[in-house]
Amino acid sequence: MASGDIDVAYVAKLARLALTPAEVERFGAQLGALLDHVAVLERLPVADVAATAQVIPQTNVMRDDVPRPSLDRETVLQAAPKREGAYFRVPRIIGEDA
Amino acid sequence: MNLDATAVAIAAAVNARDVSAVEVATAMHARIAERDGAVGAYLATTGELALAHAQLVDARVKAGERLPLAGVPLALKDNMCVAGTPTTCASKILAGWVAPYTATAVQRLLDAGALPLGKTNLDEFAMGSSCENSALGKTANPWDLGRVPGGSSGGSVAAVAAGEATVALGSDTGGSIREPAAFCGVVGFKPTYGRVSRYGLIAFASSLDQIGPIAHTVEDAALVYELMAGRDPMDATTVDRPVEAVSNALREDLAGVRIGIVREFGLGELEPAVRDVYERAYADLERLGAELVEVALPTADFGIATYYLIAPAECSSNLARFDGMRYGLRVEAADVGATYEATRAAGFGDEVKRRILIGTYALSSGYYDAYYVRAQKARTLIAADFAKAFSACDAIACPAAASPAFAFDAKTDPVSMYLMDYYTIPMSLAGLPSLSVPCGYVTPPGAAGPLPLGLELSGPLFAERALLGFAHAYERATRHAELQSIPALPGPVGAR
Amino acid sequence: MSLSIGGVPYEVVMGIECHVELKTATKMFCGCRNVFGAEPNTNVCPVCLGLPGALPVPNRLAIELVVKAGLAFGAEIPAFSKFDRKNYFYPDMPKDYQISQFDTPLTQGGVVPFRLDDGTEGSCRLTRIHLEEDTGKSSHAGSRDGRIAGSTHSLVDFNRAGVPLMECVSEPDIRTAAEAVAYLETLKRTFVALGVSDVKMEEGSLRCDVNLSLRPVGATEYGTKTEIKNMNSFRSVARAIESEIARQAGILAAGGRIVQETRGWDEAAGDTHPMRSKEQAHDYRYFPDPDLTPIEFAPTEVTRMRESLGVLPHARLERFIARDGLSVVQAQQLADNHALAVFYEAAAERSGKPQATVNFLLGDLSRLANETGTPVASSGFSPDALAELVALTDSGTINSKTAKDLIERVWRDGGSPREIVAAEGLGQVSDSSAIDALVHEILAANEKTVADFRAGKTKVMGFLVGQVMKQSRGKANPQVAEERLRAVLEGAEPASQVRG
Repeated sequence: MASGDIDVAYVAKLARLALTPAEVERFGAQLGALLDHVAVLERLPVADVAATAQVIPQTNVMRDDVPRPSLDRETVLQAAPKREGAYFRVPRIIGEDA
Repeated sequence: MNLDATAVAIAAAVNARDVSAVEVATAMHARIAERDGAVGAYLATTGELALAHAQLVDARVKAGERLPLAGVPLALKDNMCVAGTPTTCASKILAGWVAPYTATAVQRLLDAGALPLGKTNLDEFAMGSSCENSALGKTANPWDLGRVPGGSSGGSVAAVAAGEATVALGSDTGGSIREPAAFCGVVGFKPTYGRVSRYGLIAFASSLDQIGPIAHTVEDAALVYELMAGRDPMDATTVDRPVEAVSNALREDLAGVRIGIVREFGLGELEPAVRDVYERAYADLERLGAELVEVALPTADFGIATYYLIAPAECSSNLARFDGMRYGLRVEAADVGATYEATRAAGFGDEVKRRILIGTYALSSGYYDAYYVRAQKARTLIAADFAKAFSACDAIACPAAASPAFAFDAKTDPVSMYLMDYYTIPMSLAGLPSLSVPCGYVTPPGAAGPLPLGLELSGPLFAERALLGFAHAYERATRHAELQSIPALPGPVGAR
Repeated sequence: MSLSIGGVPYEVVMGIECHVELKTATKMFCGCRNVFGAEPNTNVCPVCLGLPGALPVPNRLAIELVVKAGLAFGAEIPAFSKFDRKNYFYPDMPKDYQISQFDTPLTQGGVVPFRLDDGTEGSCRLTRIHLEEDTGKSSHAGSRDGRIAGSTHSLVDFNRAGVPLMECVSEPDIRTAAEAVAYLETLKRTFVALGVSDVKMEEGSLRCDVNLSLRPVGATEYGTKTEIKNMNSFRSVARAIESEIARQAGILAAGGRIVQETRGWDEAAGDTHPMRSKEQAHDYRYFPDPDLTPIEFAPTEVTRMRESLGVLPHARLERFIARDGLSVVQAQQLADNHALAVFYEAAAERSGKPQATVNFLLGDLSRLANETGTPVASSGFSPDALAELVALTDSGTINSKTAKDLIERVWRDGGSPREIVAAEGLGQVSDSSAIDALVHEILAANEKTVADFRAGKTKVMGFLVGQVMKQSRGKANPQVAEERLRAVLEGAEPASQVRG
C-alpha cells in the first residue's frame, strides 16, 4: 500500500486540521508506512469473529433522573477564548454547517 | 525524616504524628526545586494546594483519623484534572487551561490524605513512548540525563525515580505506565480496564485508557490502587465489583504458581546483555517456587497493527472537542471553519496530528469495515488467546520493553517508536491487569551508568490481588531496586 | 386533494422527522437541570460542556420514555440497543460529536393513527424512534434578521446542550398538509398524555422537518425530495407544505427538475429559501460509543412498560367517536386535554348522555375555565355535578337560564346541582295553568306589543317570552310559555303559518 492510498488532504478537512503542503506530503509518507504495517491484519481469519464492542461486557449502566449541581457560570465563561456577557462568542458561521 | 521512605512508612509516621504532613510537603517541594532543573519531571508544582492539603491532613490526624496515605507526596500526570490547577496534557492547545473539577481517582487519593505536589510531563495527549512529544517541556531519565524516561507517563515515572515524589499516577493506554516504569527502574501498574474511574482523565483512547500507580515498591503501588479503584457513578465503564484488599495480602513466594512464558516473545532477538537479565529473571521466578509453562499468543504480532487503528480512531473523536470554541487555545480566523483548522494546526503537535489523521481515516466512509471493524475483530482474537493462555497459567511474564531507555532523538521514525509498545499493547487490548517491576540492569556502551530493565507480569481480568502478590514476592526476593541508585543529579543552574 | 401537472395526476409524498425534547428533570448524560428559559449557561457542567476528561452516563428515565413512546404506537422494542457517536464540527456541539443511535434505535416500526377534521381516518407508519442529545443554542449577531447569513459572529448558550431528544422518523406515508398536521397532533397528544414531553413547538420541545417530493400517481419510484425546516407551529407546517408543493409543481410544470436541498421556511415571507451548506455530504464516521454500555431489555420489562401506558389518547378519541357519537372535533378537543377527557368520561358514564355532557363541558364549563384561568377539574364542578346537571336539564326539571345560573354557582362554590334545585325550589314551572296565569298577566300589560304581533311582527314573541320569564323569576319553562302565548295570541285565528 503506497501513501497514495490515504488522501491526507481530504482526511485533514474532515478532522478540521489545516496542513501545509509539506505536511501533507510528510504525513502521507509516514501514515503510508503505518498502513503498510497495518496490512498484516488482512492475514487474520476474521470472517466469523465478532468485533469487540466492549472490553469488559456490561449492560444497562444508567443513572437516575436526579439533579446534580452545575458549574458556576463565571468559572465556565472565564475559560472561554472569547465571551460576550453570558454567552460564548464564536466566529461567524458560514452555511448551515461549519 | 527520610524523604525516600515508602508511602506506607510516611503515612504511618504522619498518622503517628512523628512528622507533620506540612513538613513532608515542604521538604519534598525543596527537593523538587533542587533536582527538577535537571530532570524536568514537573510541568508545574502546586505549592499552595499541597500545603493547604497538608494542613487539612494534619488537622484530621490530630482529630483522631487514620488516613491510609496521610502526608504522602503524590505527583499527577498532567492529563488528570485537578480543580484549580492548570491541566495541559503537555499540549499548546490546553496551555493555561485551569480545570474546574477533580478526577475521581485523584479525589479518592486526596481524601485518603495524599498531598498533590504537582503535575508531571507527558507525551502530548498521552501519545508516545518517550515523553519527547511533549510541547511544554523535556523530561530526562534520572538514570542517564541524555536518555528518555519513556512515555507517555515519563514525567510521573521520572519524578518517582528521582525521589521527587513518593508515588505518582500515570495513565496507560498501550503501555504508557509500564514502559517508562521499566526504563526508570520503578514499579508501574495498569489495573484491569474498568477498575479505576476515567472521569477527569483527559481521554486518549476510551476503550484502553486506565489510570494506574507508580511507586518504588509493589506494596505502595497496591495501596494506591486499592484506594482509587471501584465503581464510579460518573464513569459508566467502571465495573461494579468489590475491590479486594491487596496491600495487606501480599505473598512472599511463588509456590504453586504457574507462570506463563510466551512462545512468541522469545528472548533470542534481544541484545545479549538484555537477554541475560530476563533469563535470570525467569530463573528467579522458578527459584521462588513458580512453575514456568510455555503458552502461546499466536496473535501477539498483530497487536501493534490492531492498536494503531483502534486507539487513533477513538482519539480522533475524543480530541475533536479541542476546537477553540469553549476553552483552550483559539487562533481566530475569518469564520468558524477556518478557526477550527488554524487552532488545531497551531495547537497540536505532529504525533497528535498523525493519530487524528489515521484515526479519522480508519472511521471514514468506505474504510470503516476494512480498518476499524477489522481491528476490533483482531482484538477479539487477541483477548481469546489470552483467555486460553490463562487456562494454563496464573500470570504471564515477559520483558516490559525490548531494550533499556534510548537516547533522545534516537527514534525519529514513528513506526519504530510504535514498536516500543510491542510487549505491552496486547494486554491493553485485552483489558488485562499488567505491571512492570524492576528486574535488573544493563550498561550499554555510552550510557552514563546502569540502566534499569523491567519485568512485565500480567494476569487474567480482575486478578489484581494475585498479580500484585506475585510481583511483591519477586520484588522482595530479588530487591533489584535497591541494588543500584540513580547518579547524583546536577544541582539547579542559577536561581530557581 | 388532487394535483395535476401537465394534465398528469400527481401525488405528494411526505415523510416527517420530529425531534422531541423529553420531559425529564435532568439532561441525557449528566445531572444538569433540563428546564426551558433559564439564564444562559447556568445549567452546564463538565459533561454537557464537553470539557476535557468528562464522561456521559445515560438517564434511565429518558430511555423509558422513548420506549413508552414507541409502545404507544405498537413499535417493536429490540432486545439490544446501543449509543453511537455521530462526528461533526459545529459551534453548538460541545464535543464535536453527538451521542446518538445509528443502527440500533430503541424502537422500530409502529403506526401512528390519525383522523382528519372531517372524520377521515388515516395512518402513517413509523420507521424508528431513537434517543440522542440536543445541541446548544446559537444566536447570530450582526445580521439584519438574526439569521446566519450576514452575521458577524454568533453567541452560544449551552443550557440546551445534552437535553434528551427523541427522534421520530416516519415512513413517507403522508400525502397532504392536513394529514401532516393530524399526524403531528396525534404525536403531541400521545406524548403529552404519557408525560413524555410537553411538545411545545414555540419553546422548541418539538422540532420537525418535512421531506417532500412529488410523483405521478401510480409511480413506484420517488421524486427528488427537498427537506423543509424551521417551522415553529403546526399551522406553519401546513403553510410550508402548501408552499413547497406549489413551488415544486411550478418547476415540474415548467419542465424543470427539482434540486435536492434543504429549504428553510420563512414565516414572514410565507415561502421557503434554500439553506446554504457545504458541498460535501457529511461523513459522520459513526462508531459505537466506547464510554457507554448497551441497553438490553428483558421481555418482562417491556411488558411492564406496555402495561403502564394506560388508555392511549387515540384509543380514547376513537371511543368518543364510535361509542359516544361525538364529532371528530369534539373528540379531538377532549383527547388533547387529558384532564378534561378523564372528567368527561366520568361525567358521561354517570349521566348516560354523552352528547349533552360534552356540550356543557366544551361549552359553558370550558368558557369558564378560560375566563377564570382555572381548569375544569380544579373548579367547584365535579363529574358527578355535571352528570346531575345533565339529568336536570334533560328531564326538563330546570330551564336553560336556571342551568346557566347553576353552572356559575357550582363552579364557584361546588356542591350538588340536584340538592340546590331541591332546596331552593329552582325547578322550572311547566304546569300550563300556572303559566297561563302569567301569560294573561303579561298580555294584559303589553297591549301594544300584542297588537304588533297580530299585525305581523312575529319577532316580538321573544320579548313576550322574556317578560313571562322575568315575571316568574326565571322559573317558567320557556317552551311552554311560548306555546301558551301563541295559543292565546293566535287562538282567535285558525292555525296558520307564522310569517316572518
